[in-house]
Amino acid sequence: MSTIAEPAKVTAGAKGEPQREWRPPSYWPFVAPALIVVLAVIIFPWAYTIWMSLHEWKVGSPTTFVGLANYIRLPSDARFVESVWHTLVYTALSVALPLLFGTLAAVVFHAKFPMRGFLRGLFILPMMATPVAIALVWTMMFHPQLGILNYLLSLIGLPPQLWVFHPATVIPSLVMVETWQWTPLVMLIVLGGLAAIPSEPYESALIDGATRWQTFRYISLPLIMPFLFIASMIRMIDAVKSFDIIFAITQGGPGSASETINLYLYSVAFVYYDVGYASAIVVVFFALIVALAGALLHLRQRTHWNDAGGVA
Amino acid sequence: MKDTLVSRRAVLAGTAAAGALGLCGFPARAEPQWKKYAGTTIEANLIKGPRGELLQKYASEFTDLTGIKVESEVIPEQQQRQKAVIELTSGRPSFDVIHVSYHVQKRQFEKAGWLADLSAFMKDPNLTAPDLTVDDFSAGGLQFARNDKGEMHSLPWSVDYFILYWNKELFAKKGVTLPKTFDEMAVAAEKLNDPANGIYGFTGRGLRNANMTLWTNFFLNYGGEFLDDKGNILTDGPEAIEATKMYQRLLTRTAPPGVAGFNWMESMASLTQGRAAMWIDGVGWAPPIEDPNASRVVGKIGYALVPAGPKGQYSAAYGDGVGIAQASTKKEAAYLYCQWAVSKTMGARLLQSGGGVPFRNSVLNDDAVRKGVKMPPEWLDSVIGSAKISKLGLPVIVPVAEFRDIVGAAVTATLSGADPATELKKAHEQFRPILERSEKS
Repeated sequence: MSTIAEPAKVTAGAKGEPQREWRPPSYWPFVAPALIVVLAVIIFPWAYTIWMSLHEWKVGSPTTFVGLANYIRLPSDARFVESVWHTLVYTALSVALPLLFGTLAAVVFHAKFPMRGFLRGLFILPMMATPVAIALVWTMMFHPQLGILNYLLSLIGLPPQLWVFHPATVIPSLVMVETWQWTPLVMLIVLGGLAAIPSEPYESALIDGATRWQTFRYISLPLIMPFLFIASMIRMIDAVKSFDIIFAITQGGPGSASETINLYLYSVAFVYYDVGYASAIVVVFFALIVALAGALLHLRQRTHWNDAGGVA
Repeated sequence: MKDTLVSRRAVLAGTAAAGALGLCGFPARAEPQWKKYAGTTIEANLIKGPRGELLQKYASEFTDLTGIKVESEVIPEQQQRQKAVIELTSGRPSFDVIHVSYHVQKRQFEKAGWLADLSAFMKDPNLTAPDLTVDDFSAGGLQFARNDKGEMHSLPWSVDYFILYWNKELFAKKGVTLPKTFDEMAVAAEKLNDPANGIYGFTGRGLRNANMTLWTNFFLNYGGEFLDDKGNILTDGPEAIEATKMYQRLLTRTAPPGVAGFNWMESMASLTQGRAAMWIDGVGWAPPIEDPNASRVVGKIGYALVPAGPKGQYSAAYGDGVGIAQASTKKEAAYLYCQWAVSKTMGARLLQSGGGVPFRNSVLNDDAVRKGVKMPPEWLDSVIGSAKISKLGLPVIVPVAEFRDIVGAAVTATLSGADPATELKKAHEQFRPILERSEKS
């Protein structure tokens, strides 16, 4: 019976008092489902991963507690250190390039011209394709002897390239695939931003005699900045955890020239079955993602729309 | 005339046996009790590829023979290996029959005791057909399937020998003859190399890990042994260095650009497009090479033994088999399936389609089976010749994947000009503690 009376109390309390009051135990059953889900799918796997990272845990052998030994192994593991570096380079390029091209494309598609809807649709096609499928197509296009890319280069008189088959060009080539696939996503986000800008600032800029570049630089860009941050956040998270494209095209090769943390992690866990060490890598990887996301969020805080409608 | 008589006699004998079977109402003593486990359903976990697909395709014949239903799960190689290991570790695998890659998993499976011992089943006439005997498997197959106590923990199914594919047309154009030794091969490759026209003397796996299957054939022919008596790895000695130098010479001077990133797929593409004169890889690629829809060199490719090195001529062998999970509760039914999988009928189908080579001598030596082979006769000759000189292509250790990655990375590095001795030494030092740790645990 009391459960019926309680909601009335809450409504009464919610009027003026702060929300952080202690709730009576009769509320707990309503929180429990969410709590159980969070515990089961987020907290428990995490705690278990940390637990595993403190063990020498090889599939098929007994496990032994080794303390922080797995973490101590990390800095001296050349392959791991190299993979961190590859991840950072890969992520930086895979965020910056789609952001640049996506914004450009958004500006183009924001203007009105015939067949705009159809061309927009065409432009976002790569985003809809399955990464592994497109990776296989790109693999054939990258083939130094038989691929179409070198043929296209030869048409404009450029020498053939080794693309993903050479350590020096493998990451830029993979970023090219990533950029091709994810520029449309950035375009869509920025397009939403551009559509939300009222027309008055542009009209007054026109009256003041601003050039097109000035209009973009001083009106459009500041106003779409929050959208660019959202786009870069999404791209950053995607790029850091990128696996499918790299795995399907190079498997981290040649040598380990395109091995990111994710690929190395996969090898350690599912090829070498060294679960303890892999868990230690996961923990460090997670810390890295949190740090990157934190840095971006911090920047985002500084560029939010202020009450006046402009950007602080 | 004699053949006709024999076959007529065989037919008569067969008819008599069938008649006897009909009269008695139960199978003749020589045959196992195929139907005893009728109504059982077993799960088979197979590797995607010609071998696994063949077993899946004809599974209904097995059901007709035994009344046992088979649920086959066919998964790509790498994922299948992971799934098998994870499920077997759990102690309750979802499958009864498991397709095992010996060259990667032998030691790991034996150490963990994941597979059931089949020795007793093989001696039981109620379960085993008289033609299935241990002696019928080739030496290599037994080396794979038996543990150090001599127990059979799986039945060897298919072997993959490394052979030399060569483009006869390109050879004829430059007046080059088929090389018999590595040195001759390097010289031939240099003569055949014609980068201006997009033609290269040699192609092969350069990609880390994948390249180890090719490199080890060089290593073996230079007299290399993987392990010493104490189980220490020996891949930084003079044999390994010389073998790597030859590998490096072929793949840097006479191979297509980008070969450091080539797996079998890219290498095969070079060969089938007529862009490479020679390729060393497994015997199983003949069907795509001879397929007019996939290849421009149909009928132009010769098949030969891997040329000899200074210390011998070997063919690196890799193989797979079928075993039964120790945790399975339907071992007898699963055993009947394994027996059917390596039967003469299935072995003949495997060989004739060019998808692989059965380990059983009675299949390979059967003239009727040989006549049905759809690949060129030279291919079959190279298979039979390789069987005689085959040696295991990878060390029998638990961390095979780490071995392939670490030494493979060193070998790939030599393709960008790194010094073989230095790279192998570095890899050796990196790998030794991993091997020691795995043997200790």
